[in-house]
Amino acid sequence: MVDVPYDARADAPPAEVPEVELYHPRSWWTQYVFSQDAKVIAIQYSLTASAIGLVALVLSWLMRLQLGFPGTFSFIDASQYLQFITMHGMIMVIYLLTALFLGGFGNYLIPLMVGARDMVFPYVNMLSYWIYLLAVLVLASTFFVPGGPTGAGWTLYPPQAVLSGTPGQDWGIVLMLVSLILFIIGFTMGGLNYVVTVLQARTRGMTLMRMPLTVWGIFTATVMALLAFPALFVASVMMLFDRLLGTSFFMPALVEMGQQMKYGGGSPILFQHLFWFFGHPEVYIVALPAFGIVSDLISTHARKNIFGYRMMVWAIVGIGALSFVVWAHHMYVSGMHPKFGFFFATTTLIIAIPTAIKVYNWVLTLWRGDIHLTVPMLFALGFIITFVNGGLTGLFLGNVVVDVPLSDTMFVVAHFHMVMGVAPIMVVLGAIYHWYPKVTGRMLDDWMGKFHFWVTFLGAYLIFFPMHYIGLLGVPRRYHDIGEAAFIPSSTHTLNAFITVMALIVGFAQMVFLFNLVWSLFRGRPSGGNPWRATTLEWQTPETPPGHGNWGKELPVVYRWAYDYSVPGAAQDFIPQNQPRTTPAVQGAAP
Amino acid sequence: MAETVLTNPGESPARAAGLRGIADDWSSDQRTFKNVSWGKAMMWIFLLSDTFIFSCFLLSYMTARMSTTVPWPNPSEVFALTIGGHHIPLILIAIMTFVLISSSGTMAMAVNFGYRRDRVKTAVLMLVTAALGATFVGMQAFEWTKLITEGVRPWENPWGAAQFGSSFFMITGFHGTHVTFGVIFLIAIARKVWRGDFDVERRGFFTSRKGHYEIVEIMGLYWHFVDLVWVFIFAFFYLW
Repeated sequence: MVDVPYDARADAPPAEVPEVELYHPRSWWTQYVFSQDAKVIAIQYSLTASAIGLVALVLSWLMRLQLGFPGTFSFIDASQYLQFITMHGMIMVIYLLTALFLGGFGNYLIPLMVGARDMVFPYVNMLSYWIYLLAVLVLASTFFVPGGPTGAGWTLYPPQAVLSGTPGQDWGIVLMLVSLILFIIGFTMGGLNYVVTVLQARTRGMTLMRMPLTVWGIFTATVMALLAFPALFVASVMMLFDRLLGTSFFMPALVEMGQQMKYGGGSPILFQHLFWFFGHPEVYIVALPAFGIVSDLISTHARKNIFGYRMMVWAIVGIGALSFVVWAHHMYVSGMHPKFGFFFATTTLIIAIPTAIKVYNWVLTLWRGDIHLTVPMLFALGFIITFVNGGLTGLFLGNVVVDVPLSDTMFVVAHFHMVMGVAPIMVVLGAIYHWYPKVTGRMLDDWMGKFHFWVTFLGAYLIFFPMHYIGLLGVPRRYHDIGEAAFIPSSTHTLNAFITVMALIVGFAQMVFLFNLVWSLFRGRPSGGNPWRATTLEWQTPETPPGHGNWGKELPVVYRWAYDYSVPGAAQDFIPQNQPRTTPAVQGAAP
Repeated sequence: MAETVLTNPGESPARAAGLRGIADDWSSDQRTFKNVSWGKAMMWIFLLSDTFIFSCFLLSYMTARMSTTVPWPNPSEVFALTIGGHHIPLILIAIMTFVLISSSGTMAMAVNFGYRRDRVKTAVLMLVTAALGATFVGMQAFEWTKLITEGVRPWENPWGAAQFGSSFFMITGFHGTHVTFGVIFLIAIARKVWRGDFDVERRGFFTSRKGHYEIVEIMGLYWHFVDLVWVFIFAFFYLW
């Protein structure tokens, strides 16, 4: 047989997507500030989200100080405590996690991973960031307005959110709602970009089923966000009218301070439905990008292809779809027809199936892998453990009869902090350690990274494990001071003090991380283009950090899926997605 | 030659039939929707998101209407006008609906002439569409004024459930805002068509991207959507 050199590039499908005309910055302002480059926008998003996230971190310290040592800190009164929990929750869920995963990682990774030069609408993408920044500023401004931020709880349940007994009734709640509306407008602009880029602007050879799971996770989460945020938008508009115009969408007839209010006939439950139709998909808007990213981290750092790629994709999509029909499990104690409770408990528990598939697949990817305990891998492993843990307590709360006694206790707080607080944050941190070399060209310091991981991981367990127990005792959440009650043993107070000390330690470990970020920017070891020897396209860019337009003269062509690690017979233990085949395609093989 | 590739060696084979084929088409190379431009895809997805917003508004209104313990004002009476001595229920709304649906017709014609690169007809038809849209908003302003003078407020009205006024102003206001934005964009795009921007592929002021006649169709998608939403508002708010 004659060994004819085979030119795979000629065999690749012809380009369908025309070359885009990129906007080329002409000044410092358009290059770094009002930039239309997705990579710059991603960094802007990430820095803004981290900055407001630090505020939320400090708020959590203040809350813990009050809970751990009640009465010691006279500057934290009951109103402020409520304001702290509200702002902590809102910032963490929406302004930090959603913005960081979709606006930060989405913007940076989607164009690079699918082999595009930029997002499809760079100008709209830029607007998205600036409106997000405006939303964050409006949110932050509530700390300085008369009455301070709203203390309605992050769920903003009416009627209390608009009543004068709740702190921040003058300005706080109004600005909070305005900020949410701005956030949704800004997010929609970005979200349309991410979705269209994934659907319509992939490079040659990049079929959907060759995309890295990171892109799948971010893409599905964005689609969900585009469908879930409208409910929050509508709820915010209506509550704004209730507060400012005196309409009664959510406000029933009420007597306040002995006075009959002019409200009447509204339905607080309607708000809960709207809020949780947004709120439950929101959990997965945060979780799905984490699922995707962690799959890539595990595969790369265990030098093994992801187990059951197809199943992983379908699990992501399935979880996304299912999450729209489970929202009322947040409302078991609001009162509902038992059959509805049964329905929502069933759908909630069904979500455990695709989720369990994912967990099994991560574990099976690790099975007999060549596991490198790098810092990103440590965080990925930490995620799996934390997520399984938080997921198991979800089974308790998903069942109506078990949920009712546990509802509104610290058990719920411990559950959702494990499953959608600590677990996604673990992935965020791991992902930063993983992609920092691509963004800056330098490695983060390994020793500081390992210190950061172990303190964060063990500390998070020491914070939230005892909290489950406190919750089972019946200690309610959102209480400024639990005081002395017959059912609360005095050891609870000791545990609370312990949790507070741990929270402070974990918080300070994040300062080490921040120091690492800055220090490594100047002193870190130069990383080269592909320090983790990864297969996905973002590591194959001609420059590191990638230049404007990402790919130099020619777009990459993709010949294989994203998980060709440790292929038997291959020269290296990874084959980049854009490395051509050496033999012609076999008809009928898997794509 | 060493065989280095074991996984994923091939391009996808010829398209399978049935569901499998649909899945293959969707996940195929480079583009999920063939021959759909980025702008058009984006508008469709935006409209899907906007559908959820209007659905939430309408569902909230229906919840309020069904759960209220006070009688709901009769829309046929509230929106009746006396013209030439005749008391005609819903006449203004009927005219508004007619105007808006007609504007969908002129919009569709504008799209057609746009693809024929007939600058003048396209621009004129878009301006007619904008004029019909502006008429619609004008009549809505008349309707609002009439109701306000009759004592309808977002928080109360003389005839029954307060949620009537709240829902009315909120939903028609939100829809009217959509129409107003549509009118503004129609005029802006008509100006570009008239000036021949799309024939010379002149770059946009903000985006510095080349303009194409397809923008007329994308504008049309938005406009038809706004009309369709009105049909639902008409059915659920006025006819119910």
